[in-house]
Amino acid sequence: MEQIAFFVLALLVVASALSVITNRNPVTCAVSLAFNLVAIAGLYMLLDAQFLGLMQVIVYAGAIMVLILFVIMLLNLREEEQPHPAGRVQRVIAPVASLAFSIVIGRAVFASAPSSFPDKAEGFGNAAALGNELFTKFYYPFEAISLLLIVAMVGAVLLAKRKVE
Amino acid sequence: MIDPRLVLVLSAVLFALGVAGVLTRRGAISILMCVELMLNAGNLAFIAFARLANGPQAQIYVFFVMTLAAAEAAAGLAIVIALFRLRGTTDVDEINLLKW
Repeated sequence: MEQIAFFVLALLVVASALSVITNRNPVTCAVSLAFNLVAIAGLYMLLDAQFLGLMQVIVYAGAIMVLILFVIMLLNLREEEQPHPAGRVQRVIAPVASLAFSIVIGRAVFASAPSSFPDKAEGFGNAAALGNELFTKFYYPFEAISLLLIVAMVGAVLLAKRKVE
Repeated sequence: MIDPRLVLVLSAVLFALGVAGVLTRRGAISILMCVELMLNAGNLAFIAFARLANGPQAQIYVFFVMTLAAAEAAAGLAIVIALFRLRGTTDVDEINLLKW
């Protein structure tokens, strides 16, 4: 049962990722990406990380996708007019390099990684366990990352606002 | 039971697709979306390792990566808006002032 769910989700993830990188219309791309993020949230749930699965849906598929779609609509972007000029190196390099990368990593993983997960530990992946860790051992990194968020927010406002004459 | 090796391979494939997207796309926003794909591939591998180690540490890293992705999206999109105001396009082939 779990295996069927995994393969269905994996298929959805790869198909929507392909749609993201091949579609010329940015809005279609963004919707495919949202689909992709939700499918990955499903994979998190399958791997017993419930809290992060929910975070994925709320933060990624919710907030970030709304931001991206909002900017696409704001700039009124149309499709990329023409395909790549013939003979561009990237068109050849990209598929070859990504295929080679997948094969190399796949071989390394199958040579070294274990073939089954250990039994689930008590409280793995729930909000209580994560919160405990976050506010004790990872307290300073947590503060640093919140500072980073503020800096990013101020920077975004400064960059995007119109110049005052 | 799921095979952890398949999860890791799926994450590698997703990362490779993201790289291919960054190399071939020309719209700045499309490139940002492909970067999100790559960040998610990393997150998926982190979660697989968290489940293998049966502990919360790797999940905390996923939490941080998500925050980073939000900051990246906000700052990146603001830069795209500023560029669009300046040049009237988001095509990265047209934005080549720093290229000799």
